[in-house]
Order: sequence, then C-alpha cells, then structure tokens
Amino acid sequence: MAGSGLRGRVRTARFPLAAPSWPTTVERPDPERKVGLDYDHEWSRRYPVRLARAVVMDNVTRPVARLLAPPTVRGLEHLQHLDGPVIFAANHASHIDTPLLLTTLPVEFRHRTIVAAASDYFFDRTWKSVLWSFSLAAIPIERSKVNRKSADTAAELLEEGWSLVIFPEGGRSPDGWTQPFRGGAAYLARRTKRPVVPVYLHGTRHVLPKTPEPGTRAPGGSGSESSRGGRLRRSPIAVLFGAPMTPDEGENAHRFSDRVEAAVATLSREVHSDWWQARRAVSAVAPVAGAETAHRGPEAPDWRRAWALDQPPSRSRRAEWPD
Amino acid sequence: MSRRPGFVLEVDKSTPPTLFWNGEGFTLETLPEGSRVIYAPEPMKALEDPYGAIRHALLHPVGDRDPLPALLRPGMKLTICFDDISLPLPQMEAPDIRQMVIETVLDMAAEAGVDDVVLVAALALHRRMTEPELRHALGDRVYDAFAPHGLLTQHDAEDPDNLIYLGQTDQGEDVEINKRAATSDLLVYVNINLVSMDGGHKSVATGLASYRSLRHHHNPQTMRHSRSFMDQPSSELHSSNWRLGRLIAESGVTVFQIETTLNNDTFPSNFAFLQKREWEWSLRDRATYGATSTALAKVPPRLSRQIFHSIRSPHALASVQAGEVEAVHALTTANVWAQQGVDVEGQTDILTMGLPYICPYNVNSIMNPILVACLGLGYFFNMYRGKPLVREGGVVIMRHPTRPEFHPGHHPSYIDFYEQVLTQTVDPTEMHKEFEESFATDPWYVHLYRTGHAYHGVHPFYMWYWCAHALAHVGRVIVVGGDAKAVRRLGFSPASSLNDALEIASDVVGPSPTLTHLHNPPILMADVH
Repeated sequence: MAGSGLRGRVRTARFPLAAPSWPTTVERPDPERKVGLDYDHEWSRRYPVRLARAVVMDNVTRPVARLLAPPTVRGLEHLQHLDGPVIFAANHASHIDTPLLLTTLPVEFRHRTIVAAASDYFFDRTWKSVLWSFSLAAIPIERSKVNRKSADTAAELLEEGWSLVIFPEGGRSPDGWTQPFRGGAAYLARRTKRPVVPVYLHGTRHVLPKTPEPGTRAPGGSGSESSRGGRLRRSPIAVLFGAPMTPDEGENAHRFSDRVEAAVATLSREVHSDWWQARRAVSAVAPVAGAETAHRGPEAPDWRRAWALDQPPSRSRRAEWPD
Repeated sequence: MSRRPGFVLEVDKSTPPTLFWNGEGFTLETLPEGSRVIYAPEPMKALEDPYGAIRHALLHPVGDRDPLPALLRPGMKLTICFDDISLPLPQMEAPDIRQMVIETVLDMAAEAGVDDVVLVAALALHRRMTEPELRHALGDRVYDAFAPHGLLTQHDAEDPDNLIYLGQTDQGEDVEINKRAATSDLLVYVNINLVSMDGGHKSVATGLASYRSLRHHHNPQTMRHSRSFMDQPSSELHSSNWRLGRLIAESGVTVFQIETTLNNDTFPSNFAFLQKREWEWSLRDRATYGATSTALAKVPPRLSRQIFHSIRSPHALASVQAGEVEAVHALTTANVWAQQGVDVEGQTDILTMGLPYICPYNVNSIMNPILVACLGLGYFFNMYRGKPLVREGGVVIMRHPTRPEFHPGHHPSYIDFYEQVLTQTVDPTEMHKEFEESFATDPWYVHLYRTGHAYHGVHPFYMWYWCAHALAHVGRVIVVGGDAKAVRRLGFSPASSLNDALEIASDVVGPSPTLTHLHNPPILMADVH
C-alpha cells in the first residue's frame, strides 16, 4: 500500500533526511537551551499572539474557570478609574490562581496584563516556556534571589503599558496561609511609579491544591490534602481587589511591601465579614491585636494551622449544599 | 562559548555520513568504522576594529623597522605591492583586507606628503587581474585614484625594462625582481596569509620575481624536498625564498612588510553546513544541503561554477602585524597555526579528501585536471607538519569530477601541457628536463601572459611540481567520480565510488587499512606526531 510504503520510507529515512546520530566517541555537550531567564518571550506580546490569546482566554479559559471555580468578585470599582498599567499583588496558594485572577480582571486589563512566573519552574523547558508565554503572557522571574534582568524586563514592560500580576510570596503557600511578602512588587512600583493593587484570592487551594513535597505526604489520609494534591476539584472562590496603593514620599520598598501585605491581610478578613468590619480591625484608633498578620495564621502546630484555615464563602456553599 | 579546537573523530556505527567536496557540489560518504576524520578548529574571533588594528600595527612595527610614518617623507619613491587574486579563497566580502590596509598606508603617505606612489599587484607568473577583481581587492577609492593615471600596475615577469637583477645567492640562485619595487625608497608589501606557506620573504622574492629567478625554487628538486611547504624549517621552498629575500634586503631594498591572517569562517550562512560537524547539522543545515545538492546536480557545470565563484567569504581579519619581514612572519605563522592547527596522532594508510571547486589558480575560472592534481597532492597533501598524514607507500583518494575542461583565456598553456606533456610523461623531473623550457619561453604564451589574462606558459609545470613530494611519497592516487580518461591521463586510478576506491586501494595497502579523512572546509593543518 502506498501509505504504508511512505510510512516505511519515513521510518527508514537516513541522514540527511533524518536527524544525524551522534558519534559515541564524541562527548555530547549540554544543549544550549534558551530557557529560564534567557527565554525570549517577546513574541508572546506581538499582536497576532495577543489576539489568539484573547480568543482562547475569553472563549475557553474564562468559561472553564467560571464553571470550575465560581468566583465572588469584590472591589472591581477600584480599577474603574485607573489610568495606565498597574501591579496586581496577590497571595498565592495554587497554580490555578493565575488563570482565575486573569479571568476576573476587567476586559481593559485582562488582555494587557503579563504574569511574573518563576523562571525555574515555568520556564525550565522549552515547551513550558512556550505554553505559559502564550496562554498567560508569562515572563520569567528569578524568585530565589534579586536579579537585575528580571527586574529590568518587568519594569520595561510596565513602562510600555503592560499591567503585571505578581505573587510577592515568591511561591505557593505550603499550607494555605499567606507567607511573608518579598519586596519585588514594591520595588517595581517605586521604580516605575505605577500603583499596586492588592488582591486576595480565597479558596483557590481547594480547586487545585499544592502537591506536597516528597516525604511530607501524609500516609494515606482519606480526604486529606495529600491524597488529592495536584488534582482539579470544583470549588467556589473569592477574589477581592483592594484600593490602589502608591509608595509614600521617602518610603522604601521594604516598608511599602509591608503595607501591601497588610492590605492583602485586610482583604482576607473581608471574606468572612465585610469591608467595614475588616477596616475596623486594622483601624488606627482601635486596632484588633494581630489583625495585620492574621492572614499568616496562628503560631501553632501544623494541624491547628490547618484547622484554623477558613472555609469557602457562604454563597458558594449554598450552591454546593442546597437546602 | 569559547571556540572549539581542532578535533579528530573516530568513526563508529553512530557516526553520520561525512561531507566530501565534489567540485562544484558536495556529497555525503559513509566511512568505514574506525576511520578518522580531522575537523578544523572553529573560527577565531574577528578583530573588532580592523582599521584600528591595522593603524596600530603600522605605528608599532616589529623587528628592526621604524613606524611607517617615520619612513615616509616628501620626495620619496614609495611602492605598495599586494597579493593577487589567488588569495584569499573564496574571495572575501567587501571590504577586502588589502583595501583596508592600503587605504591606511595611503592615508599616512598623503599625510607625509609622498607624491611618487605606485601600486603593484604581485602576480609572479599568475594571470593579470581584471578591473572588477582589482576594484574588489582595492576598493573603488584606491582604484579610481591610481588606475586612471597608470599608477596601479601588475607585475610583469617578462618585461625586461621593469626587471632588475640583484645578484646571486650563495646557492647560485639568481635574484631578479620588479625594478620599480626594488628601486623605491620604501617597498610596502601588503599580504594575506591564508596558509603558513604564504608571506615572509616569499611575498617579494616570489611575487615580484621573474621566471629567471623563480625557476630556482619552482622545480621538482625543491618541491620534493619541501616536507612540507607548510612546515617552514623542513621546506626547501621556504629556505630558498629566505635566501633570496635576504639577498634582496642586502641589496638595499627596504621592505615594510604588512601581514594579515584571517579566521576560517569560510562560507556564508546559507552554506554554513559545509563547515559544521555533520552530527551537529540542524534541520536547516540538512534542508539546505538537500536543496543545494539536488539543484546543483541538475544544473550544467558552467552554471554551478558561476554560482560558486560568486560566493563571497565572510573571512574576517584575525591578526595584523607589520615591520621587518622575518619578525613579522614569525608572528603571522604562529597566528595561522593557532587558527588552523590540529594535533593528529600517527599516519594513515589511506588519506581521503573531497576537492572543492576552487584553488588559488582558478578564481573566476575553471578547475582543470592539472589544478585538481595540484590542489589534492600539492596543497591538501602538504597540509601537515612533522610527517605526512599518509604513510609512505600509502594511498590518496580524492573526490572530484575532474572534467577535462580548461579556460582558454586563463590557462592556454595548460591545454597543451595536458595534450602534449601528460601524454608523454607524468614524472616531474622528466618533464622539467624535456618540456619546461619550450613552454616557458614560447612567445605566444608570453604574449598572452603579458597582454591578456593568461597564466604564464610554465605555470602548468609548476602546478605539477607542487605534486612532486606527494607523487614520490604515495603508492597510488585514486580519484572518485572523476572523468576516467582525464584521471588516467594524470597517472591516477579512476573509481566510480568510494567503496570501489577502497577496493582498489587494498591492492596497495592490504585488506584492513587505516583511513583518515581531511575534512574541508575550512582548511586545516595537521600537526602529525
């Protein structure tokens, strides 16, 4: 048959039709991979790619995200009067955070926002680099240490009019509680003079929990996080946007970062109460003790920290457990 | 990434087929397991500011020479000589190195108020360059300033009015060179050093010499005792040129030698696969190879020749040094070896090589069978230091179409040499005795050399003499894919495929010979231990 003949020919094709084999007497050098921080992601911001990404985002990612994680979105009014790019600084508990956050952004931001993604995790392979650059407009960021190239790239793109999603914790929370913020978002805000919008994402760890590190997996606990790590599960979420913040005169990046973290903590309190109660808890007149760091959880053994973690928002629970 | 040095591959089951030049084309051959393939070092980094480097070299000469500006003065007679079309190969992308160097020299001469300046192409017995070739080598600015006034000349080894006899060396070698150059207050020689045999005293002693002078070292005896041409201490050709050069210096000719070396980035990006190791060929390389080899197989040789000769090499300036001839040339030689040298352990029974479409004597011309022999046995065979790559009594296998085609304008005496001499003898010594004189003094060849664009009548003999060392050393020469009649005329054995050639070779070297392939391009020099 002609088809099988062609397949046979393809299978038996030899150099130069097929790729050359490597002489066993020659040491194979490490392939020169342009991944990680060296990955050239400029293509992902060209117009045809942006158009394709917008089509996928609006017609595939967004409906799927709504179905998988019905969101309660608060605070979008803070974005209405913003002119130009901003830095969205959010807590981080799950890989699903990025698409969920992007799909809840107003359309004027949604297709003009890049995502700072860990270069060692999302850009360590060419296929991953291509995938995340295309689907999320991600750019590689060095998270383990200060890197001028990362900072320069992000700052240049902010100055070009791209908003930036960054997770100042530097990685997903290991237990659901928020980790201390690093200074990257605050530094970029000071450098580019663009505002930071604090964002609190609630419940995303129930949608796609973090897979525990090898060796920390609980032994066979049915229904425990360890047994369902890395698997998607339908669960409602809440996305809360805070008021844009800019560094005060003379305020350094470290102090500004603390303020951004506190703003996210305040948003976290809104999930169970309301804006007014949350504001009162951090009021300058009558602060609630420990309110600014409440989002980090109690200083207690692991099981108590896990116990104290909040539940999904009530509206979604109603949908999940109808009367 | 730092550049990788030269490399000797041992062929195994996983080794992809190896590239062989095949005239105006190329092919892939599967070499027997255990064969060796010698790859050249990767190109050296080009000098970032070539004009700056040239200027620096002229201002900081080596050896017993003052900086060039100090040697220039009003009222002096300055002659600038330069290497001809035979270098570099292929012709380099503009601007040519000669243009860059000569422009810098002329800037200094103009600044010093030198009025009497003449440029001389150091042709020796090569063909005269055409106007486009001169314009390419020198640039329009230089050409238009000198050629219309008759101040851009080409050395004429048969012009008795412009030759001067300087004397005889202690070995009885006559020294007769270009009169204008020899009687100038300063002779600036601008060289391009492609291989370690080039340059040094050979620039003036050969490039500006007459037949009377050249015959003392361009003969079978000298060539056979140059082992190799590239290994200066072991080269009788080198020794002879040094004797001549020193006599020229003693005669009062002040030479300011400017030598340049190139990196071995030989072919432009669309032919990049030619100089890559086959197992590192990318998809693009394979596609380019497939497309070009298929297309070249379908077009007539005349067209493929035009395509190849239109290629301009991205060669870049790797070093420039100036000053006294011998001091300069010591640096130049070291730089050439740094670019081209490859360490090779031991000799081989069979040496294989693919021969390209070009050699120093057929730029913009046809590679005739005599030049095929010269390129393979005169040049590639001699690309060694220490010992020849192939053992004494071994076999050389060359791949080239070897068509009996000649350029009648460039190589008229080659046609008669092929028909009248090679039919009688292929022994360099015998043809030297029997035929050389008549070809060298034939008035028609002399006329064509002086007024047309023909190589001198004696030139095909010299090409054959270049092969003398190899012919005396090897047991058999086999040409794969060559025109059988032409190959036999050269005294070689024709073979239709590499396997056939290996079969033929087994008669000489036995059934289990060792084989080494000289991978080209780029050119390399083997340091055989």
